[in-house]
Amino acid sequence: MSSSDRVDVRKTYKLYVGGAFPRSESGRSYVISDSRGRFLANAAQASRKDGRDAVVAARKAQPSWARRTPYNRGQVLYRAAEVMEDRREQFVEQLRAAEGVGQRKADAYLDAAVDRWVWYAGWADKVAQVLGGANPVAGPYFNLSVPEPTGVVAVMAPADPLLGLVSVVAPAIVTGNTVVVVASRPHPLPAVTLGEVLATSDLPGGVVNVLTGSATEIAPWLASHRDVDALDLSGVDADTDGPDLAHDLEAAAAETLTRVRRPEPGADWLRTPGLDRLSWTLETKTVWHPVGV
Amino acid sequence: MTGKTFDYAPAPESRAVVDLASSYGLFINGEFTAGAGSASFKTINPATEEVLAEVTEAGEADVDRAVSAARRAYERVWDPVPGRERAKYLFRIARIVQERSRELAVTESLDNGKPIRESRDGDLPLVAAWFFYYAGWADKLGHAGLGTEPRPLGVAGQVIPWNFPLMMLAWKIAPALATGNTVVLKPAETTPLTALLFAEICQQADLPAGVVNILTGAGPTGQALVTHAGVDKVAFTGSTAVGRGIARSLAGTDKRLTLELGGKAANVVFDDAPLDQAVEGIVNGIFFNQGHVCCAGSRLLVQESVAEDVLERLKARMATLRVGDPLDKNTDVGAINSAAQLARIRELSDTGDAEGAERWSAPCTLPDHGFWFAPTIFTGVTQAHRIAREEIFGPVLSVLTFRTPAEAVAKANNTPYGLSAGVWTEKGSRILWMADQLRAGVVWANTFNKFDPASPFGGYKESGYGREGGRHGLAGYLR
Repeated sequence: MSSSDRVDVRKTYKLYVGGAFPRSESGRSYVISDSRGRFLANAAQASRKDGRDAVVAARKAQPSWARRTPYNRGQVLYRAAEVMEDRREQFVEQLRAAEGVGQRKADAYLDAAVDRWVWYAGWADKVAQVLGGANPVAGPYFNLSVPEPTGVVAVMAPADPLLGLVSVVAPAIVTGNTVVVVASRPHPLPAVTLGEVLATSDLPGGVVNVLTGSATEIAPWLASHRDVDALDLSGVDADTDGPDLAHDLEAAAAETLTRVRRPEPGADWLRTPGLDRLSWTLETKTVWHPVGV
Repeated sequence: MTGKTFDYAPAPESRAVVDLASSYGLFINGEFTAGAGSASFKTINPATEEVLAEVTEAGEADVDRAVSAARRAYERVWDPVPGRERAKYLFRIARIVQERSRELAVTESLDNGKPIRESRDGDLPLVAAWFFYYAGWADKLGHAGLGTEPRPLGVAGQVIPWNFPLMMLAWKIAPALATGNTVVLKPAETTPLTALLFAEICQQADLPAGVVNILTGAGPTGQALVTHAGVDKVAFTGSTAVGRGIARSLAGTDKRLTLELGGKAANVVFDDAPLDQAVEGIVNGIFFNQGHVCCAGSRLLVQESVAEDVLERLKARMATLRVGDPLDKNTDVGAINSAAQLARIRELSDTGDAEGAERWSAPCTLPDHGFWFAPTIFTGVTQAHRIAREEIFGPVLSVLTFRTPAEAVAKANNTPYGLSAGVWTEKGSRILWMADQLRAGVVWANTFNKFDPASPFGGYKESGYGREGGRHGLAGYLR
């Protein structure tokens, strides 16, 4: 299609915050290389201010996202799967470049990532029946427990740049939480592309906010942020992030009793997930009412 | 109604059913033993300041000994034993609690200061029910929606508060044992006695040695327990400040943690509520157990159009509350649990005066000895007042008003806590809307302070994480 003398139009990789694609307010970027060390792109290097902006966007979007019907949230997640499938080639190419994997492996990860959206989409209107329900109390009371989203979830994405990312973001948002996710530092490009998918999947702006840059720089500000309700450290890696980061983030989160999910080194993202990634960002609310005439 | 009403004659519950030792050791590996050090403290009756018994203060060596005993019991006995056999021990415990319930209730009222009516009709039935409920789970864990073969965590270190001493013990120990964990539990330093009687119950039930260990002591003992390297799971109920410290000290470890912390619950009364019932609910919400309740309805949000009416009825009702001897069967409000807690209640109430709220206390005669605080309400409270923001943990109610449901929700949720809330209205759709909007783990609609082993309990936000009770209560003890 393209003639050899045509110069490509390259894309600038930016952040995805509040439904828009801003550069880092800090004006910084860092070099993304492929598996052989060749230049791929400059990614935005988010600052703590970008982190705070993302939390503001996530908090603003959360109540109305949670108020959508579960049926509607399920359809929006399913839409993300559709749009992602549609962009298959782009994602596969990015995975191959980032990780130096072959076509088959990249295909398998893309398939799994799309299927993961579909899997979680289906949970939207089922999770309350599985995790909640009537409680048989010893008295004349109606008593019902329902799961509710905890609020804003800050996520340190795993190194697995696409499947790992989808595996931590989808379960958080399907129940009505909103997310600020710090993408894998060496391989952030699939995350930015995922932002573009989400921006065209009827997902309201601010439900997912993608930051690229350094977890060691941004995460402490997210962990101690009073408007962050849960902190997912799945992607924190003692080898690359230093031995103390997970401890320091968890200790910072303790100040506001932020819910913490600890690092998961060596997680097998291809495995079909259980319920725990849904349940840990949910609160259980129990309602009592007397029964009588 | 005209003229005179009958006065109540004293109706004291007998203490004869209680036979306390003059001193107690630590309960480690199935027997009472002396502490490694010589430290001890006295536990007193807060209604009279009479010394009830001398109790051992466990140090680090004792914590180590208890955790080792729990580990051995976990590996050799409690984990290998089939769930149906674990269940039978729990059923035995439930039965013995029922058999000894009057003795336990009187001891609880002596050590804690709570009215015998509450310890007898509230705490003790729930303690037995908790063990019965979780006993039934022990051989059904694969059906709890937590995986087909969930595994226990190991040794649980549990630290409980003084407001419902034996009930909090049951909330902690029953699910831990049912799921196959062993336990080292520290009761609060002002209320250790029923936990020590519970150790006797474990002996009577022939519970294998080391499955339950009871260490008495104060903050340092608790800190040594939760940070001990041999503890796999920490469960804490108490103040948000202490809970925050525990969460911090467990950061970066593999220990699992559940926290049930403070609250500042809104009790929201709409203008269409059945007002006499609502007033009963307000009184129950804040004066039950002297207000020493983490889920107490300590902020009354009353719709402006009925505020005057509600306050008038509330004061009239409060004037009939009988404050005094916890062992008197007619007593509604007992003693404040300790001198330290009384000082805190006084200090915070004084800020209510200083910040411009208006105090009204029920007219009642307080005993000369012991720790007492008259049921009190503050009106003219704003959201910025300390008495509207901080947990007082005493019989003190802050009254605020609202005009619209949206304003009620905004004010109710304007707190870092999120443990419980109350709603009073006759309109069904409004109850459901409010229940949906309130950020709290338990919402009581047209009722308040109801508890049941089948019903999950626990907070949003800074009221902690994890749930106790029900199927949900198993999750904190399984992987």
